[in-house]
Amino acid sequence: MSTAQDWEIVIGLEVHAQLATQTKIFSRESAAYGAEPNSHVNEVCAGLPGVLPVLNRDAVELAMKAGYALGCDVHRWSQFDRKNYFYPDLPKGYQISQFTHPICTGGHVDYLLDGQVKRCNLTRIHMEEDAGKSTHVDAVSLVDLNRAGTPLIEIVSEPELRSAEEAAAYLRELRLILRTLEVCDGNMDEGSFRCDANVSVRRPGAPLGTRAEIKNINSFRFVLRAIDYEVARQIDVIESGGAVVQETRLFNSNTGRTSSMRGKEEAHDYRYFPDPDLPPLVIDEAWADRVAGSLPELPMARRLRYQETLGLSAYDADNLTAAAPVARFFEAALAAHPGNPKGVANWVLNDLMANVANPEEDLDALPITPDHLAQLVRLIDDQEINGKIAKTVFTRMLATGRPPAEICDEEGLRPISDPARIRPMLEQLLADNPSQVAGYRAGKLKLLGFFIGQAMQLTKGKADPNVTKDLLVAMLEGGEG
Amino acid sequence: MTALHTLTVQAMLEGLDGREFSAAELCEQTLDAIDAANPRLNAFITVTHDEARAQARAADEARARGEAGPLAGVPIALKDILLNRGVRTTAASRMLSNFVAPYDGAVVERLRTAGAVFVGKTNCDAFAMGSSNENSFFGPVDNPVVPGCTPGGSSGGSAAAVAAHLCGAAIGTDTGGSIRQPASHCGIVGLKPTYGRVSRFGVVAFASSLDQVGPMGKTVQDTARLLEVIAGHDPRDATSSRQPTEPWTEATRRGVDGLEGLRIGVPREYFVGGIEPDVEAAIRAAIDRLEVAGAELHEISLPHTEYAVATYYLLCTAEASSNLARYDGMRYGHRADGDDLLEVYARSRDEGFGDENKRRIMLGTYALSAGYYDAYYLRAQKVRTLIRRDFEQAFASVDAIVTPTSPSTAFPLGTRVEDPLAMYLSDIYTISCNLAGLPGMSLPCGVDGAGKPIGLQLLGRWFEEATLFRIGAAHEALAAPMRSTP
Repeated sequence: MSTAQDWEIVIGLEVHAQLATQTKIFSRESAAYGAEPNSHVNEVCAGLPGVLPVLNRDAVELAMKAGYALGCDVHRWSQFDRKNYFYPDLPKGYQISQFTHPICTGGHVDYLLDGQVKRCNLTRIHMEEDAGKSTHVDAVSLVDLNRAGTPLIEIVSEPELRSAEEAAAYLRELRLILRTLEVCDGNMDEGSFRCDANVSVRRPGAPLGTRAEIKNINSFRFVLRAIDYEVARQIDVIESGGAVVQETRLFNSNTGRTSSMRGKEEAHDYRYFPDPDLPPLVIDEAWADRVAGSLPELPMARRLRYQETLGLSAYDADNLTAAAPVARFFEAALAAHPGNPKGVANWVLNDLMANVANPEEDLDALPITPDHLAQLVRLIDDQEINGKIAKTVFTRMLATGRPPAEICDEEGLRPISDPARIRPMLEQLLADNPSQVAGYRAGKLKLLGFFIGQAMQLTKGKADPNVTKDLLVAMLEGGEG
Repeated sequence: MTALHTLTVQAMLEGLDGREFSAAELCEQTLDAIDAANPRLNAFITVTHDEARAQARAADEARARGEAGPLAGVPIALKDILLNRGVRTTAASRMLSNFVAPYDGAVVERLRTAGAVFVGKTNCDAFAMGSSNENSFFGPVDNPVVPGCTPGGSSGGSAAAVAAHLCGAAIGTDTGGSIRQPASHCGIVGLKPTYGRVSRFGVVAFASSLDQVGPMGKTVQDTARLLEVIAGHDPRDATSSRQPTEPWTEATRRGVDGLEGLRIGVPREYFVGGIEPDVEAAIRAAIDRLEVAGAELHEISLPHTEYAVATYYLLCTAEASSNLARYDGMRYGHRADGDDLLEVYARSRDEGFGDENKRRIMLGTYALSAGYYDAYYLRAQKVRTLIRRDFEQAFASVDAIVTPTSPSTAFPLGTRVEDPLAMYLSDIYTISCNLAGLPGMSLPCGVDGAGKPIGLQLLGRWFEEATLFRIGAAHEALAAPMRSTP
């Protein structure tokens, strides 16, 4: 019996990313998610007689952004084709897509896996409209056309991924890039970032094996499970003397299995041809230059900058970059307090993120602003408060949304560093603990820690520890009290 | 008072503007004429009495306020392939026999704004597929000029309605000759504008890269006036052109003088047999008249003409097979019962489409199928480019091209139904124009020995409809073309 090590896994991914436009790709109807079924449906979305598609310029621009960010050739001339098939959630009986001349070809995704940068090349990116959504309840099928005509890009990778882990890491990085570009909200639950996987296995060095296309992978967890299951299944088929057949398989997240949806012989003949209703998409130089020149910093570049310029660890750099809002928050806070990147990073990654379940949605809703967090770090760095008080101030900031200095002042949280205020308190402390004073003076110098601890307790941590220590030493050794 | 509905659009507007009669009176006379003639002609699928009367009243009121639009009060018939809100739009098919349009198409909107009075929806071949109007779910149309013959197609109802004076003018659509050929067979003027000149938004699509909406009228000037209203850029149609519209009515006013300095080409490939002798004689006589009146004639060559019919029937069927996919019984239109989805689809489409629709869907599906695409669809596209180049070369030396509209005159109803190929070949002179996207016009050009109207076709450069109007008006003045009243 051979093991999985004797097999090479070959994976190519097809990602459908919903473009974050206000309106649909070929009409002015709203593309918003989550509305009442069939409430975002105009005559164009419904495929009524006589309607015509008109391309949404914003959708093109987002596709261009993705293309430039991923290093693709963004073509000045591309074309839309009709993909013909019948289904009740496809109102026109064809989907408008790009087949022969997609907007982008080539390109790549560089992603991190176990601290290593890996590259997966892309075949193409094309634009298309989404279909509606079918729901099957008992004997009834319901169709919601709200999604019909939503703009998508399909990002097709070369079959260069060699494990489920690589596939998942590729997907995470791709999603992060699209979110950073604000091209796609990347929300897998709402179906705005979907993945199909082409999986095959082969003996190392052998030609590519027959692949199966796995559909319906709608979370990162399922990517790993679906691919692992499919790889094991294919190895099992081959080792049992069988052959993998080319087919489309559906992943069932309840069972963790894939099952055959349709075989090659049942594959549709989509009869692609150029859509005569849409002139070719021509991108002029000015438009191309403007979009290419407007890209934000991408995650990989940001990670490097955080390490090399800001001196952060690879671990922190990766965590700060893992979600676009976190990086945005960090950058804004750092801009307000540029002197201590590590301090700002720690507060963002530890204290702030501890209060955020989903950074994509929750971070911007927190009452703490980047500016306020920067002020907090500055208070610490300027030694106006210590780390312990800062934690208390942070909790108050989280509850109230007020600036840290205001909280310190109003709630009396600023440290006491004036010796004139500390000294009387220490005098009383020494008076109350004569035996410890005698012990110190007899040479038990460790008792200094006892006095400092008592002083802190009395002032609820507000007494400046250095001032307190100096005073105590002076008082104890000067024979006072 | 004369029969108001028999007037040209021009005369109607003069009478209305001069307060000789009201739009309401004109409307009533037109509706009466329709009610009297339509049972025999079957030119209209739907007559919109109420809407027409309301629009006529509104036109009279607008005129009284001095706010009359350019077609205020003029009765217009719409081919039942154009959507107008609240009115049944059937495409002459069973599939859409119950479909009430929920929106106005662009042309309807423009006509409405111009004050037109919509008297009804005219019969045609189902989904505009046919050359005889015999493919209508609502039955054939009789030719008002030569009873017992077809009016041509697919815009046969519109042509018959104009010829029988059941409207001032009509709107048709032309994918391979569907305005010009029926215009020819009914002895009226029909214009297919340049592709992109008129918005296709709100027109039931047959073949999107070929379809174009155009006017059908009693005179060249009337069609010019309608084109002024319906042409222009529409942001809802991505293939709609931004070429400015022109005062085309003005281009018709010079009569014979309009020929001055014009070079007219006569393509030798269009006179090579298969053409009825009376038709050829009439066209040659008309060409001679144009020359005598000052036009410069040139023999030209359009070498790829012989491939036009094959090219056209590959491309139009391919596009149609996709355009008609939306009629699946799911959201609107005819729906048959079935035990499962496939059966509902199959039965709905089997019952909803006519034979010619099915024939073209099957041909087009085949032409686009894996393994056949390159040999059929792609090759046809290449030939289409060659046909377009033929015209580009020809138009380097001439301003317009003159041909017969159809090789024959109107044929008796029922005689070609069983021979689709013969029917397809009757489009031979008109389809190159659609493949190249050119403007084309059919003009009355006398009658044959049996008294059937003959049509002269003019083809112009892209977006140079003005040239067609100039030559058309000159031809009209020279020929004193037949005006027929059934």
